Amino acid sequence: MQQRADFNHRVEQALGNAQLKASLRSAMDGLMASRKACFPDADALDALRLRGAQIRANALSKLPQLLQQLEQRCTENGIRVHWAESVDEANGIVLDIMRQHQAELLIKGKSMVSEEMDLNRFLESHGIECLESDLGEYILQLAGEPPSHIVAPAIHKTRQDIARLFKEKFPDIPYSDDVDTLTGNARGILRKKFYAARVGLSGVNFAVAESGTLCLVENEGNGRMCTTVPPVHIAVTGIEKVVEKLAHVPPLLKLLTRSATGQPITTYFNMISSPRKTGEKDGPKEVHLLLLDNGRSRIYEDSELVNTLRCIRCGACMNHCPIYTRIGGHAYGTTIPGPIGSILEPQKAGLDSLGELPVASTLCGACAEVCPVRIPIPRLLNRLRYERIRSDRDGASHGQGSGRTVKEAAIWQAWSWLHRSPRRYRLAMALATRLCKILPLGLGPWTRVRKPPRIAARTLHQRAREEGFNDR
Amino acid sequence: MPEQKRYPAKPKRVYFFATCLVDLLFPEAGLAGMQLIRREGVEVIFPQDQTCCGQPAWNSGYRDEAREVALQQLACFTEDHPIVVPSGSCAGMMRHHYPEMFAGSADQGRVEAFSSRVYELTEFLVHVLKIALQDLGEPVRVALHTSCSARREMGVAEEHEALLKQLSKVELMTQARKEECCGFGGTFAVKQPAISAEMVSDKANAIADTGADLLVSGDCGCLMNIGGHLDYRQASIDSRHIASFIWERTHATEG
Repeated sequence: MQQRADFNHRVEQALGNAQLKASLRSAMDGLMASRKACFPDADALDALRLRGAQIRANALSKLPQLLQQLEQRCTENGIRVHWAESVDEANGIVLDIMRQHQAELLIKGKSMVSEEMDLNRFLESHGIECLESDLGEYILQLAGEPPSHIVAPAIHKTRQDIARLFKEKFPDIPYSDDVDTLTGNARGILRKKFYAARVGLSGVNFAVAESGTLCLVENEGNGRMCTTVPPVHIAVTGIEKVVEKLAHVPPLLKLLTRSATGQPITTYFNMISSPRKTGEKDGPKEVHLLLLDNGRSRIYEDSELVNTLRCIRCGACMNHCPIYTRIGGHAYGTTIPGPIGSILEPQKAGLDSLGELPVASTLCGACAEVCPVRIPIPRLLNRLRYERIRSDRDGASHGQGSGRTVKEAAIWQAWSWLHRSPRRYRLAMALATRLCKILPLGLGPWTRVRKPPRIAARTLHQRAREEGFNDR
Repeated sequence: MPEQKRYPAKPKRVYFFATCLVDLLFPEAGLAGMQLIRREGVEVIFPQDQTCCGQPAWNSGYRDEAREVALQQLACFTEDHPIVVPSGSCAGMMRHHYPEMFAGSADQGRVEAFSSRVYELTEFLVHVLKIALQDLGEPVRVALHTSCSARREMGVAEEHEALLKQLSKVELMTQARKEECCGFGGTFAVKQPAISAEMVSDKANAIADTGADLLVSGDCGCLMNIGGHLDYRQASIDSRHIASFIWERTHATEG
């Protein structure tokens, strides 16, 4: 109940914010249009999405072997591989590496897994400074907010919001709401830090098992800086991000950048395969790969829910979601918002704490229609609704049955009792047509913004008979 | 995208599945659909034992309850006739979700056979009956809202439009973001009333902005939602199910 109240409270706040509404609408309209322009041929897109889905499904079908292979290849290449079952373990591993190098500053490229770990707060509680170098993430770090979108983290902020924030944090720099000036100012501040940091951190878009290559997609060049300038690079990722072959990367990359921002290719695409080799002039001396489970292997156990893990984090489902577009990412209260977040996060945190999210959907299917790896999101939302109210104990979902209430279960049992008997159903409908004049017209929340529907004087069952339509 | 569908030749008889919303709230839409098919020389059978497709319970997670009700529908459409449904949502449930509901059960085979016979009304009119419409109505500007299930699950958005475009005096207006959900979503409208209200309000604005006189949809859930909201606002836009709209405009009344 509390989670529902909290969620509804955040939703109300978001809906009451006219500026947020306008920002989100125009941003999402823009992202949808860019994506569409990138995929002019519907058949080619279908074929590419099918390929993407196959590649990801293939990787998941042999995940344990591919992870072993990845570890082996990375190790051969000189990358140190770490495994973390939980967020606590993952944070501990990063802290250890920082301490080994007496590093007081961690410079970060964009990483949703580090958000999942709440790494910044953890390291700061141990006296280590974290600095986000992705512009959007940097803005949010200054504002003390979490990202509201996985690709465009500060999408909820206007240019003017950001200009005011910079003025507040850096009173010496003259106010400007010009995008290039703001970007230049941020770059100036960050550049000095890159030289000072001993450790850089990044995420991973695809980890290639056959070669031990870590692929990183980015637009700002900060990812390349984080992974090459500091002497130590830590790449953090979820265990599901592995793909089998290098040949699998191009189709996924094509799908990722086009689906995410409507770019045929991002400005930077990094392939990291080892630390600096003897004779090389740049690159980190040490590369670590941290693979985080945090509930993923439990999702992996279920033959249907495992499809959640196909996700390549493009954010297209958010951009096209009519609900995300209205409430924004913060309302979800999770690391990953939107349709994919509504299936992924409740499985990780448990339906007892996030079971409200799968319910807050119209199942309109806009997400599944654009998902580059064809995750059947509405079907999985439906499945989680079932897991949330099922009364048996056969399933394995975390928090299973936690949303079941005696009242709601009784309503559906009565509904079934009525609709599985044609006689009872016809009687009830005929009765409704008679009683409609005296039935209360208010239908709770429905009639707050709608006139109630009018019950017909005669049902179609009655009229079909009158009009001479045969029963069999 | 739905897989490429195959349509049968024009049959002698069809079954009509009304849907529970049509039955109680929009019977004239059901009747219009049946009359349109009958006018093409096809006998329409309306099994009196039909009730609801079971979608409300299925989408609420009450799977056993949904299955019990689905089995009742299977029991009253036993002959090998096409089953025509005046709703993308309920047709989608019966065509695509029934096989999912009974996968791996003893009923799987007969459920799949049943589901393969299910057609949404507009696709049936266009592809099977190859209906040709003669518009007898006054000029009117119409906004069409295609439900999400009609568009994405059944893939019949083009069929909705094609039918309206056959009507010579109907001007089809295109609202902004016509592909976007209206915010109905069954129990969603009651469980998340604030988000739903925002969505339906945006949808109504987009429709009003086109200057349309009338809203047409192939799904009664959307009609109840958008139409109910337009009425609440006292907007001068009426709403009509696509079957009623087509029947009214192509049916010669005497006198």
